[in-house]
Amino acid sequence: MKLITAIIKPFKLDDVREALSEIGVQGITVTEVKGFGRQKGHTELYRGAEYVVDFLPKVKIELAIADDMTDQVVEAISGAANTGKIGDGKIFIVNLEQAVRIRTGETGVEAV
Amino acid sequence: MQDQIFHLQYAMDTFYFLVCGALVMWMAAGFAMLEAGLVRSKNTTEILTKNVALFAISCIMYLVCGYSIMYGGEWFLTGIQDVDVDSTLADFAARDGGFEGGSIYSGASDFFFQVVFVATAMSIVSGAVAERMKLWAFLAFAVVMTGFIYPMEGNWTWGGGSVFGMFSLGDLGFSDFAGSGIVHMAGAAAALAGVIILGARKGKYGPNGEVRAIPGANLPLATLGTLILWLGWFGFNGGSVLKLGDIASANSVAMVFLNTNAAAAGGAIGALILARILFGKADLTMLLNGALAGLVAITAEPSTPSALGATLIGLVGGLIVVVSILTLDKLKLDDPVGAISVHGVVGLWGLLAVPLTNDGATFGGQIAGAVTIFVWVFAASLVTWLIIKAIMGVRVSEEEEYEGVDLSECGMEAYPEFKK
Repeated sequence: MKLITAIIKPFKLDDVREALSEIGVQGITVTEVKGFGRQKGHTELYRGAEYVVDFLPKVKIELAIADDMTDQVVEAISGAANTGKIGDGKIFIVNLEQAVRIRTGETGVEAV
Repeated sequence: MQDQIFHLQYAMDTFYFLVCGALVMWMAAGFAMLEAGLVRSKNTTEILTKNVALFAISCIMYLVCGYSIMYGGEWFLTGIQDVDVDSTLADFAARDGGFEGGSIYSGASDFFFQVVFVATAMSIVSGAVAERMKLWAFLAFAVVMTGFIYPMEGNWTWGGGSVFGMFSLGDLGFSDFAGSGIVHMAGAAAALAGVIILGARKGKYGPNGEVRAIPGANLPLATLGTLILWLGWFGFNGGSVLKLGDIASANSVAMVFLNTNAAAAGGAIGALILARILFGKADLTMLLNGALAGLVAITAEPSTPSALGATLIGLVGGLIVVVSILTLDKLKLDDPVGAISVHGVVGLWGLLAVPLTNDGATFGGQIAGAVTIFVWVFAASLVTWLIIKAIMGVRVSEEEEYEGVDLSECGMEAYPEFKK
């Protein structure tokens, strides 16, 4: 199993969710996060004084999937979240040791 | 028949006074919303507490001794309810100018109209010292300001008294219709003294002295507050005509409403355009300050300018306020809401604009009045702030300031259910 974590632009969340549903992903977890990458922050103006917004708002999605889904999922996310402009985000993939569905006690691929 | 007309005139002018006073009372809501919008959310509960508490303190202190110091009469308003109908009618009949002579109205309505002005002056202070002052130090200052400092200069101006028995501002040709100087600049002078004693908010200035922005938390509230103040100002200036009950007075009232509105519009546009030129963007907070600057500028004389003249007086106020806010920032005088610029610097402009349209005022008199009011209120406030600082301290600790004065002073957050 793999745990996929993707950081995307907030306005792309709906597109990514739809793309993942289409390829049969059963569930994702979404968090509003802030951070910076190569896009850095940007400056805003208030009463004549500039101030730097160091951390930009992003959305983090996390999903656990079977190994054979990995390529499909990565393709779906990067296809849906791509705008071609700086700040589109990243996808991280790590091996997942175990998963447990709390209601039934199922484990492994059955649980994701 | 004549007595019945006098009865009606008394009733009309009293009623007009009361309605205008109620409009000015609502300005307390305007200040509360404006200030709540321009501070950070962690300081919202405290600034609201301050605004309501200072209004209540102003009302009580002016009732206890302020009104008596300013206009004579007994402490605690003793006897204000006693009205002898027959002698009042005799006063009407004996007036110069008969029916169109000076206004006579209920003494209680006069107190009500005056007391909301005191609260306005005190409200100006609260925004300037926001986000870092101890709540109880501020409230202690409010007691002295509204019970003594403001009534003293009010006595020298509207009260007709002489300045410590030395000279009379009225004789020098000083004129301030509704209080650009007496109310607004006075409030700003007290605020300036407080800001100097307090110092800037932590984080307002970088290590090399560069000015950093600390954006307000809620611009819809700031906008609502400004528009409430705009509405209340019709009572502030309109009521200051003091009489409605004859053709000339009614016309004057209408002109004051018209000019007050025109000046606010001029100030808003002046600030909006200047901010756009200077910053390249339309700065809402400057637009709001500009509208208020227009209102402050016209307050010293809203009855004599033409409609176009009032618009221009307001417009100049709107230009001045933007320059003043930027200058005070550079001078390291940290005023989160721009109160010193809006009410103080533009208040002075309002006083100086009076002789342009009112032959009864002189530039010399206006300057003498402005200097007298400023020196008195600033010096008395400085001493008061220093005494309060020695007794209880005026500023919260660095940690409390970081956490927000809502927690340290009030123990509750304004938005406890919001995600951080």
